[in-house]
Amino acid sequence: MVDPVSYKEFIADISGPLGWFFVVLTAMNLVAAARTLLGGGGASLFHRKVLRFSMGHLWLVLAVWFAIQAVMCFRADPASIAWVAMPTWAKQWIDRWMSPTWYTMGLLGALLGMFLARRFFVQPPVAWLTLNLSLWFLGASLTDQNFFQIVSKPDNVPIVGMVYLLGFFTWLSAYRAVQNDDRLARGEPPLEAVDKEKTLVWPDLVYIELICMVAVTALLIVWAIVLKAPLEEPANAAHTPNPSKAPWYFLGLQELLVYFDPWLAGVVLPGLILFGLIAIPYLDPNPEGVGYYTIKRRPFAYVVFQFGFLGLWISLILMGTFLRGPNWSFFGIYETWDVHKSATLQHYNLSDYFWIWMLGRELPTAILWREMPGLVLMALYFVGLPILAACRLPLFRQLYAQMGWPRFAIMMLLLMWMVLLPIKMVANWQLNLQYFVAIPEWTLNL
Amino acid sequence: MPSFGEKLRNSQVYKSIFRHPLPLDRRHRVLVILTNFFLHLHPVSIRRQGIALSYTWCMGGLTFFFFLVETVTGVLLMFYYRPVAEHAYGDMLALRDATSMGILRELHRWGAHAMVIAVWLHTYRVFLTGSYKKPREFNWGVGVILLMLTLLLSFTGYLLPWDQLAMWAVTVGSNMARATPLLGQEGPGAALLTVDGIDLITSASDARFALLGARFVGENALLRFYVLHCVAIPLGAALLMAIHFWRVRKDGGISGPL
Repeated sequence: MVDPVSYKEFIADISGPLGWFFVVLTAMNLVAAARTLLGGGGASLFHRKVLRFSMGHLWLVLAVWFAIQAVMCFRADPASIAWVAMPTWAKQWIDRWMSPTWYTMGLLGALLGMFLARRFFVQPPVAWLTLNLSLWFLGASLTDQNFFQIVSKPDNVPIVGMVYLLGFFTWLSAYRAVQNDDRLARGEPPLEAVDKEKTLVWPDLVYIELICMVAVTALLIVWAIVLKAPLEEPANAAHTPNPSKAPWYFLGLQELLVYFDPWLAGVVLPGLILFGLIAIPYLDPNPEGVGYYTIKRRPFAYVVFQFGFLGLWISLILMGTFLRGPNWSFFGIYETWDVHKSATLQHYNLSDYFWIWMLGRELPTAILWREMPGLVLMALYFVGLPILAACRLPLFRQLYAQMGWPRFAIMMLLLMWMVLLPIKMVANWQLNLQYFVAIPEWTLNL
Repeated sequence: MPSFGEKLRNSQVYKSIFRHPLPLDRRHRVLVILTNFFLHLHPVSIRRQGIALSYTWCMGGLTFFFFLVETVTGVLLMFYYRPVAEHAYGDMLALRDATSMGILRELHRWGAHAMVIAVWLHTYRVFLTGSYKKPREFNWGVGVILLMLTLLLSFTGYLLPWDQLAMWAVTVGSNMARATPLLGQEGPGAALLTVDGIDLITSASDARFALLGARFVGENALLRFYVLHCVAIPLGAALLMAIHFWRVRKDGGISGPL
């Protein structure tokens, strides 16, 4: 329960900055509205006789809406803030539905959906509307004390910034890729090949560099003045904070500790990530798509990279930062980090499921016989599936023909490890399955 | 009457420093790149499309710029900071309260976060434009190592404030080294390395011990991380950056469609 007095103080603290946040949103949409309306109004959403409602009008409505939100914030009392805040029923609904599985599968599904419907999502008005929605969601959520507490931690603020930068650049690259793919389909050169002129580095490049440096320096100084670097209690080896988290860029690896042995999660998998990244140029047999944005000319490379980067690396960092609380339990974004929320359910290994639950026997004593189901499954997964893919699936057959078996085997090994991760995560959450192969005697748990 | 500027540019001192007149015409715009140490990293001319912001995002350049920011602010921080357990935290407080402006540590920390994000975005752009392909395979690999060094720079710096956040983040991170196969005390195969029944890999001789200089995160770890953070990793990164930039030129400059 939220204490009404402290909530009032909290509202008094944040209402000013939040008001300015909405002022910025208002200004952004006013500019967008002016640009669109002066340029003809954009696409019509509704048109009957003289009555016409276009994209430009929509941005105008959004600007008015955000202006009202700003005024409500500046009034700085709980009753006015209630107009801005995410409604309680929505927060409860979101928290209830947030689970590791929904989060991970939802994000992967959303990425896949945006990839498949990229022609729709790259349109600038759609992207602009999405940006507005996400910023409104952020602003409305910041009125929640729990959400605010996590997001406003000094080290977490850059992560929020990174999410928007990644969103923007992913959109920009996809926007250009879709244009290029259309051009290539028509037999035209990609956008990047239209201008073949050369130019002198002085002044054209050195000035870009100078302006970038000055702009970023200014940004950094403002950032340093507004946001203080964190400094907690002095280091104390006798007192372990709960949760203890690695620096934010390693939180994906820390998350892996839940699903793998430490030597796999902390040493082998990071090593495979590094090895796999370095190996990319030698494993990609496709000579196309150098020097311009494209998806259609290299769909496999694009999908695999986005799956690994946005779908796993970034997704796990966000989960580790915002959704993992005390005891590494999973919390919804509006949930209080309750130390007593226990997530330590009993987990079982595949051998338990196979021998005890399916066959109704005791676990055999011979290690390899005991772990036989998991070993067979992993052999099928890591060896059988790649062979099947190389024989049956046209895409992989072509890759195999281009790469030869050693490169193909390395590529498939890396790919299968990547795909194993979400499988293992969901199996852990939904089936309480800890390890497919559990041989603690040899420190070999998979 | 020559103006003051003209007089200055015709003086012996000016001419000894700058090897060319102001780059106002084409000839001298070429020469300025060729004869200036700081500018000779660049080619003289470049495809106009190759430097468009919508293509490069400027992220590689910004990563390098953040490295420079970190170097400058880092050197300044070293004036105030002592990497010993009894002083480190107090120096943090003094940096906040007693130095003018008091944003030195902020500049350094946010610059570090920005460098991590910029290097990821740079890698992202290079992948999306297929710029790792022949003949740039090797330089992509150098870039991946540089990315890793960026993370390690940030990680080693994370310990230095010597507060709870620092100590436990590094404890979580360095615990993984304990599980290194063969070389970690709790890693698989560590028991194989024994001579005449004496274990070679113990909590006082394994990979984690090498990193921390002790069995736990303490004053030895603080000193080691400080030296790694301020000397060893920056030197390695500087060397690799030199190779990285040199290879960008040798491998055909910024990528573009054939």
